[in-house]
Amino acid sequence: MNANSWQLFSTFGFFIILLFACGAYCLVVTRNMIRAIIGIELLIKAVTLLIILAGKITGRTSLAQGLVMTIIVIEVVIAATAAGIALWVFRHTDSLDVRSLRSLKG
Amino acid sequence: MNINLTFLILTIIAALWSVMGRSLLKATIGLAATSALISILIFRLDSPLAAVFELSVCTGLITAVFVSTISLTKPLTHKEILQASKDRFKRYWYLPVILVVIGIALVLLKVRQDFIMAPVPALQQDVRDVLWNFRRLDILGQVIILLAGALGVVILFEENKRNER
Repeated sequence: MNANSWQLFSTFGFFIILLFACGAYCLVVTRNMIRAIIGIELLIKAVTLLIILAGKITGRTSLAQGLVMTIIVIEVVIAATAAGIALWVFRHTDSLDVRSLRSLKG
Repeated sequence: MNINLTFLILTIIAALWSVMGRSLLKATIGLAATSALISILIFRLDSPLAAVFELSVCTGLITAVFVSTISLTKPLTHKEILQASKDRFKRYWYLPVILVVIGIALVLLKVRQDFIMAPVPALQQDVRDVLWNFRRLDILGQVIILLAGALGVVILFEENKRNER
């Protein structure tokens, strides 16, 4: 890896780890379902940026873009379905708190 | 490089805002800002198509989904907001500290620069070639996932309507 690539990798890598930590912390600490989805979104965004960075460094941006498009499609489906589930839980329990899910059967 | 650094710092600030913000609507706006900043970074990393996709889908569509979900839920009362902010402060004040600690650890951790990258075979340079020829199965997977997601959302909202009756 040459010096320019290393500089790019280290700078972006540093912030990607911080972004991932933000998402992971949000997912662990929050009790609100919508905020949990936001945490998942932040994790996915960190991974997206990492894949694009890997594509740039290895000179395979086209492959990285193809993979990222797939990730984005999956991300949207996850967000829409998770939001639907959150809404469904809210209608049933009148709360967005994940602890209200403990009263479920099974 | 300085421009990248500025956008990266702004991305982390927007992410922190979306995680630590009191209101869900502001958190959603923070997520949209994070997404928009990441789109700029992706564009600067020579991937314009992925950047446009990220900007239109993640910044636009997902924000719309979140805002509609939030608008369909009941807002908290003043008392609940006060209680929630006290709880939130207790749980979230660690986050900036953790980020600073991780940052310092990464700076102190001297990763060796001279690692060798695995050789990669030559690949078509056009995204269309990659999408339609090299990663054909991904397209099929995307279509199936989209259909499954659409079906899931329809079923969830159907259930809501049934319950309302």
